[in-house]
Amino acid sequence: MAVPIAWYLILSAALFSIGVFAFLIKRNIITIFMSIELMLNAVNLAFVAFANHWHQVSGQIFVFFVMVVAAAEAAVGLAIIIAVYRSRETLNVDQINLMKL
Amino acid sequence: MNVLVFILLSLLKVAVVTVIFLTAVAYTVLLERKLVGRIQNRWGPSRVGPFGLLQPLADGIKLFLKEDLMPDEVARPLFILAPIIALSCALISIGVIPFGENIRWHGVDMFQIADLNIGLLVILGVTSIGVYGIALSGWSSNNKYSLLGSLRSTAQMISYELALGLSVIGVVLRTGSLRLRDIVNVQNTHGILSWNIFGGLQLIAFFIYLTAAFAETNRTPFDLPEAESELTAGYHTEYSSMKFAMFFMAEYANMINVGCVATLLFLGGWSSPFGNLLPAFGGPLVQALLPVFWFVAKVFCFLFLYVWVRGTLPRFRYDQLMGFGWKFLLPLAIANVMVSSLALAFRG
Amino acid sequence: MHLALFIIFGLMCLGGAVNLLLQRHPINSALSLIVVMSSLAVLYLLLGAEFLALAQIIVYSGAIMVLFVFVIMLLNAGEEERTHGSRAAYLAGIPGVMALFAVLTSTFFTLRTSFGSARLGGFLVTTQDLSRVLFRNLLLPFEVTSILILVAILGAVVLAGKER
Repeated sequence: MAVPIAWYLILSAALFSIGVFAFLIKRNIITIFMSIELMLNAVNLAFVAFANHWHQVSGQIFVFFVMVVAAAEAAVGLAIIIAVYRSRETLNVDQINLMKL
Repeated sequence: MNVLVFILLSLLKVAVVTVIFLTAVAYTVLLERKLVGRIQNRWGPSRVGPFGLLQPLADGIKLFLKEDLMPDEVARPLFILAPIIALSCALISIGVIPFGENIRWHGVDMFQIADLNIGLLVILGVTSIGVYGIALSGWSSNNKYSLLGSLRSTAQMISYELALGLSVIGVVLRTGSLRLRDIVNVQNTHGILSWNIFGGLQLIAFFIYLTAAFAETNRTPFDLPEAESELTAGYHTEYSSMKFAMFFMAEYANMINVGCVATLLFLGGWSSPFGNLLPAFGGPLVQALLPVFWFVAKVFCFLFLYVWVRGTLPRFRYDQLMGFGWKFLLPLAIANVMVSSLALAFRG
Repeated sequence: MHLALFIIFGLMCLGGAVNLLLQRHPINSALSLIVVMSSLAVLYLLLGAEFLALAQIIVYSGAIMVLFVFVIMLLNAGEEERTHGSRAAYLAGIPGVMALFAVLTSTFFTLRTSFGSARLGGFLVTTQDLSRVLFRNLLLPFEVTSILILVAILGAVVLAGKER
């Protein structure tokens, strides 16, 4: 039983929208960061689905690069979160409202 | 009809392997207690059954019948989930490990549950998921010893996973495949001389793998997550009865897994150490079971080494542990990858 | 088989994502994100990307999310409180997200016939295929990402290191 590629794409669109929504309404900086990861994952799913449609390896290579960049981003982002927490002692984005750390 | 036979045989295979694996886990505990006893000049368990052979059974009954305490302040769902994650991750890895020649009966591979193109990656992936069991147990216990133990353990495991992953790259380079059967087939031409540890020049990689594996399984000299003298029992302080037993089994199951993987990657898997020097003897049944014997013997040696190290070496200090992982093992692993790839490139 | 697996793991993805949205405690959100990522790995397998599926498990579920859980445990993050900032986000966010989802979905839905369908085993990228393209055609981008990683390591050490 074959599954239409469009279903995978719609799933990816749904995940992306949930990610955007979570990014907007969440107040905890770590959760906001996690919703960015969710958006990246949704886009990755679309890439893999397109790779399957065009029978091209490059789509999957792109996902590979996204993973590498996401890993780098997570390391730096979490380090920033730790630095912010050290100086402000809060994780709520509403209270992190100065340009200085 | 054929499909039915296939499904039944596969299920039977899974059941048999699981039962044998769990029994092996129970007897690894006994092996450890006996050997550590002898190292410390005492007898170890000797009362239950001949030579204490029924001790695992008695331990099992005791743990099963104990009262299952649930502390008040724990995060309940995660507290229950954590040991389940730990144990299931420890049990999944055995599913991709081949422990004998590829002998088919009614189209079913008798000595491996699932033969995957990416078997080695599956093992690494399952190991990396296993961290959650320890991390969540410490967090959900709501106890400072547990939290400290699990924080240490998480940091230790993600640090040593890098060295572990890099140490197997030399083996993969030599094979050109991530399939575990291919990795063993490359090594079984000339007996002990073509094993990756000698013939593949991966002696340093074996040392790195060994050290990182000790750290991954939280064993002495890297057993800081459960260092009794400073953290009571580390991440499983609040656990009792079966939930504690699940952590306990997960630890020993992981030891066996690591032993199996080390055997496959570096010690030639099920291939005989004598190569073709040993003349073929016995019927087809003996010829089919002999590789399994070699495999089990090698894993047993590895487990023996585990216990020996536990009985001999003292525990590292935490900063020494992290420094060793990042400043010594990781650069060594990178150097090993570079040297082995250069050697392979020059050889052609 | 393919359809059944797609439905099961697609629903797990969606459920995990919605749970991430609803949970107040960051550690529960992190766990639901792990569920999403692991189910996505199964979907990758269905689409014939076996190496990526395992890379997803090892890199995302096994490394990045462990880092998240570790930081949550380290900072002892508690439940988040809702503040007035989030009300503005609700007002602007709900219609915006709905519009985004509607546009994407309607586009994919109208193009569904030209996309065709995926069959199990119809397109399988082995690790060898992937590495051939990666190390022959795309060697320079690959090396550049390694510099990116190096910079990220340095940045993380400087940011999170002890204050002097």
